[in-house]
Amino acid sequence: MGRYVIRRLLQMIPVFFGATLLIFLMVNVMGDPIAGLCGDRQCDPATAAQLEKEFGLDKPVWQQYLTYMGNVFTGDFGTAFNGQEVTELMASAFPVTIRLTIVAIFFEIVIGISLGVLTGLKRGHPVDTSVLLLTLVVISIPTFVTGLILQLLLGVEWGWIKPAVSSDAPFNELIVPGLVLASVSLAYVTRLTRTSIAENKRADYVRTAVAKGLPRHRVITRHLLRNSLIPVVTFIGTDIGALMGGAIVTERIFNIHGVGYQLYQGILRQNTQTVVGFVTVLVIVFLVANLLVDLLYAVLDPRIRYA
Amino acid sequence: MSNTTKSPEEAFAEGMAGTVVPDVSSKQDKTRSLAQDALRDLIRRPMFIVSGILIVAILIIASFPTLFTSVDPLACDLKHSMEGPSGSAWFGYNFQGCDVYSQTIYGTRNSIIVGVLTTIFSLIIGGLVGVLGGFFGKWTDALLSFVTNVFFGLPLLLAAIVILNNFRDEKGMRNAGVMAVVLTLSVVGWMSMARVMRGAVMQVKQADYVAAARSLGASTSRMMFRHVLPNSITPLIVVATISLGAVIGAEATLSFLGIGIRPPAISWGVMISEAQGRISQGLHPLLFPSGMLTITVLAFIMLGDAVRDAFDPKLR
Repeated sequence: MGRYVIRRLLQMIPVFFGATLLIFLMVNVMGDPIAGLCGDRQCDPATAAQLEKEFGLDKPVWQQYLTYMGNVFTGDFGTAFNGQEVTELMASAFPVTIRLTIVAIFFEIVIGISLGVLTGLKRGHPVDTSVLLLTLVVISIPTFVTGLILQLLLGVEWGWIKPAVSSDAPFNELIVPGLVLASVSLAYVTRLTRTSIAENKRADYVRTAVAKGLPRHRVITRHLLRNSLIPVVTFIGTDIGALMGGAIVTERIFNIHGVGYQLYQGILRQNTQTVVGFVTVLVIVFLVANLLVDLLYAVLDPRIRYA
Repeated sequence: MSNTTKSPEEAFAEGMAGTVVPDVSSKQDKTRSLAQDALRDLIRRPMFIVSGILIVAILIIASFPTLFTSVDPLACDLKHSMEGPSGSAWFGYNFQGCDVYSQTIYGTRNSIIVGVLTTIFSLIIGGLVGVLGGFFGKWTDALLSFVTNVFFGLPLLLAAIVILNNFRDEKGMRNAGVMAVVLTLSVVGWMSMARVMRGAVMQVKQADYVAAARSLGASTSRMMFRHVLPNSITPLIVVATISLGAVIGAEATLSFLGIGIRPPAISWGVMISEAQGRISQGLHPLLFPSGMLTITVLAFIMLGDAVRDAFDPKLR
């Protein structure tokens, strides 16, 4: 187990550097890193040259990348457009987005898996057909449409929730935004669980469990569900990274000042430090979540052993 | 990186490799290939028929918008601003006083172009990466898998925004145009296809007919394109159909965020983006393009679903 974790951690290193180099190149080579520093106007040539020297932009790109990475490993992510440390922005943005992601994952697990088990057990039943159709519709409606309409109905028309989330973003204000963020993945979780349950329902071990007289709920939770959850856990695990990076739309609609908001501002204002810094952290989150998923397999299915 | 992580599309297409037996049956021969079987099966599925009719209708709208409306989508009259649906304007007017029905019809083309072209491009990139990695294995595979994993590590939407933010029009405003959106979405969206293709090729490569071709002295390219590729392409086609819907949604998301296709160009995303600020004054400028978008995405997902079920031998 320990050796497996170490091997996986070592394998993550090149992917980490590859992904961060890629975003670094996208921002610094394709874009104009100093464009955002003179406000909306173009910088005059003399100022531009001085700024380039100051930020080391006159050096070759690989050298800039190495310098940047060196700084990152000492905890220095640079400064944002308004002179604020990027690490400060992170400290305010990440807790908000993590809370939002937790709410979303909670909905995925509770609603998604319950609906999946229900429909998987009743395959062909009208309940199954209608839930399946519903998941298709949910997958097809873009998140921003769901978000805008829920915000209008629940927030503005009926006044059940606040249409905009306050800057502290406590859990209770994040329920509806979390549901919106989760909606598409929730539908996928339902479908995945359904297929998996329906496939395993006829397995020998289920018949054995029924034959030895176990109560139905025990057969389902202990035997059927545990064996069917592996693809679902994989999906939810990889989704953590996607949710945190994909919250741009949800955070924009509900005015949540999280990672997506900061990144979007950073991109629009061409603030390279913010963009590269936040994406670097997101890449780490993605890689670690993937590793955790693989380790969870062994918990769910003792037949899987890592040597 | 883990090769156990799969996107829903990959999970969808899993286990479908090598299901299409090469079409060797002649006319006299009564045995049907799996492809023919699947086709027969497909035309009897209500899901396939419904989605097929929808897609044909959408393609006709995209190709010949003038058949459906004679109103110029850009001829707007402020005196109609935010008027609701009526006999003369079925979907009402937006804040600028433009005919929402006419805009929805004309917006179809850009959304479909982005969807189809992006899917074709990412099919080519992903298919090529997958075939080469799966077929040659060893360091080729290691290298290509590494590249795939690196792209997978980046959040897709973010990468697209970062790239598209660099495109400006003459006035220095953010405006990417259709082709820039197509290329960007292709560059950030080919990875699932590469993984599906790689898996399928690795499975097919082991088949006896490939070994037979090799022992008969077939060249590498002949084995790859005549034997391996035709037998491993089905899962890729399924993923492509499903992702076509997703791409159309992604284009709309980008326009919604104010990046990518921008006015005066019309797309459903642009219309929704313009409608969102006035949502409390009237829902119709938002609902109609959203409805069309949803129906289109739904049609492609249903088509992909039906094709997958028809080709999956496990369900027979």
